Amino acid sequence: MYDLLRNLDRRWIFLLMLLAVAIPILLQSQFPEKPTGLAKAVFDEIEQLEEGDRVLLAFDFDPASAGELGPMATIFSYHCAKKKLKMYYMALWPVGPQMIDDSINNVIKKEFPEMVYGEDYVNLGFKSGGEGVIKVILTDIRKLFTTDGYGTQIDEIPMMQGVENIRQMDLIANVSAGSAGTKEWVQYAITPYPDDLRIVAGCTGVQAPLLYPYIPNQLPGLLGAIKGAAEYEELVVSTYGDSDLPGIYSEARRRMGPQLIAHMLMIALIVVGNIIYFMERKKGVS
Amino acid sequence: MKRTVPFLIASIAGFVLIFAYFIPYAEGWGESVSIWFDVLAAIAFILGGGNLLKVHIKKISKQEAGWAYSGITVAAFAITLFVGLTKLGAHPNAQFPDASHWTGQYREVGTSFWWIYQYAFVPLTATIFSLLAFYVASAAFRAFRARNTEAILLLGTAVIILLGRTFAGVYLTGWLPDEVAGLRIENLTVDIMRVFNTAGNRAIMIGIALGTASVSLKILLGVDRSYLGSGDD
Repeated sequence: MYDLLRNLDRRWIFLLMLLAVAIPILLQSQFPEKPTGLAKAVFDEIEQLEEGDRVLLAFDFDPASAGELGPMATIFSYHCAKKKLKMYYMALWPVGPQMIDDSINNVIKKEFPEMVYGEDYVNLGFKSGGEGVIKVILTDIRKLFTTDGYGTQIDEIPMMQGVENIRQMDLIANVSAGSAGTKEWVQYAITPYPDDLRIVAGCTGVQAPLLYPYIPNQLPGLLGAIKGAAEYEELVVSTYGDSDLPGIYSEARRRMGPQLIAHMLMIALIVVGNIIYFMERKKGVS
Repeated sequence: MKRTVPFLIASIAGFVLIFAYFIPYAEGWGESVSIWFDVLAAIAFILGGGNLLKVHIKKISKQEAGWAYSGITVAAFAITLFVGLTKLGAHPNAQFPDASHWTGQYREVGTSFWWIYQYAFVPLTATIFSLLAFYVASAAFRAFRARNTEAILLLGTAVIILLGRTFAGVYLTGWLPDEVAGLRIENLTVDIMRVFNTAGNRAIMIGIALGTASVSLKILLGVDRSYLGSGDD
C-alpha cells in the first residue's frame, strides 16, 4: 500500500478529481447555504436602494472565470431588476460586453420583458484603459462613452439624461476576475470620493484575500468565489424567488456540490501525502 | 532623442497627475492625461496584435520547434480579426433595416464572430482555467508537507479554509453551542480571512505602496530610465 501510494501516478489523482467534480454535477447535489456577514452586507447594500436609483454594474471578467463569476453577475442583475433599479452596465475587460449580453439576454429579457432598453437598463460596453477609464468617468462620462455598446449616441438614451459622471450612481456593483477590477474601482473611485460612492463586489477565490484589507470602510460587501455567490443567491432567491425560477438562479448553489467533494478530496490527498511523508521519515528515505 | 522625448512625456504626464490630485485647478489637466492614457491603451491592442504576428511569423519562417502552433495562432488571429471587422453574418441594425449588415453588431447571436466566441473561445478558456483544479490536487498530494512549524500552520489554515468554504464546515461543527460559536469552522474561516489574512495583506500592500512611490519618483525624475530600453534598437 505504501509503495503504491508513494509511486502513485498523478493521472490517478486527475481521475479522482474528475470524479469528485463530475459525480455531484450528474447527481445535481445541493447543500443548504448559511449566508455570512459579507454576503448579507452585499444584499443589504442593494436592498436599501429605492426604486429608480442608479446602479453601475461593472462586469470585469471573461469566459475563463465565468464558471465562478457568471452566477454572481446573473443574481446581481436579477436582484437589481427586482428592485426596479436603473442599471448601467459597463466593462473594463475586452470580453466584458459578452458577459453583459449574457445577463441581459438570460435575466432581463427573459424574466423582466417589461423593462425597456435605454429607460431601465443600458449597456455602455467596453472601454480600454482600466483605471484610466475610471478616473475619467468619475468627472465626465461623455469624454469616453460617446455611444452605448451598440453604437447609439449616448444623448439619445433616455436614462443617460442628467447623468454627467458615475459619482451620480447610488451604488457600484462590480464583478471582477483581476486587473482592472474591484481593486482599481476601490482605489480610483471609492477612495477619492468616499461620500459620493459606494461599492459592493464579487470576485474570484484567488482575488478575495487581496480585497479583505478594504473591508468594511472602502468595500462594505464582498462575495468571494462561488461560495460567496451561493450565499448571496440564497439570500436573493429566498427573498424574491418564485418556486418556478429557472435553473440559472440556482447555479451558484448547484456548484457548491462539486466544490464540497473536491475540497474533501484535496484534504484527503494532503492527509495521505503527509502519512507517506512521515513514513518516509521513519524509514529514513530522503 | 529616442530616450529623451519618451522620458519627458512620462515625466510631465506623471507630475500632472500628481498635481491634479492635490490642486483642484489642475484637475482638468489630470483628466486630459487620463484620456491620453486610455487612447494609448486602445492603440496598445494594435501594437499587441502586431507583436503577436511578428513573433509567430518569425517562428514559422524559421521553422523553429512548435512552429505549427504558431501557425494555428496566426490563423486563429487572422480569421477572428477578419470576421469581427467585416461583421460576417450580422443583420442590419433595427433602426436602419434597409442598410447593409455593416450597421449590425459584430457580436450579435448568429454572426461568425459570435460563433467563434461561443464555440471556440468560451470552451477553450474555460477548459484552461478548469485544469487548475487537477494540478492543484496533484500539487497538494506531492508538495503540501508538514515539514516544520510554519508548514504545519499553513496546512492547518488550508484545511480550515477548505472545510469552511463548503457545507462540510457547518455540518462538522454546527452542533457547537453559541457560547463557543467562534470555534465553528465557518466562523474560524471568516476570522482567518478577516484578521490574519487582512493583517498580512495590509502589511504587504503598505510595503508595495511605498516601493511604488519610490520607483515612480525615480522614473519621474529620470533617475531610473530602464523602462525606456537600451536605445540601441
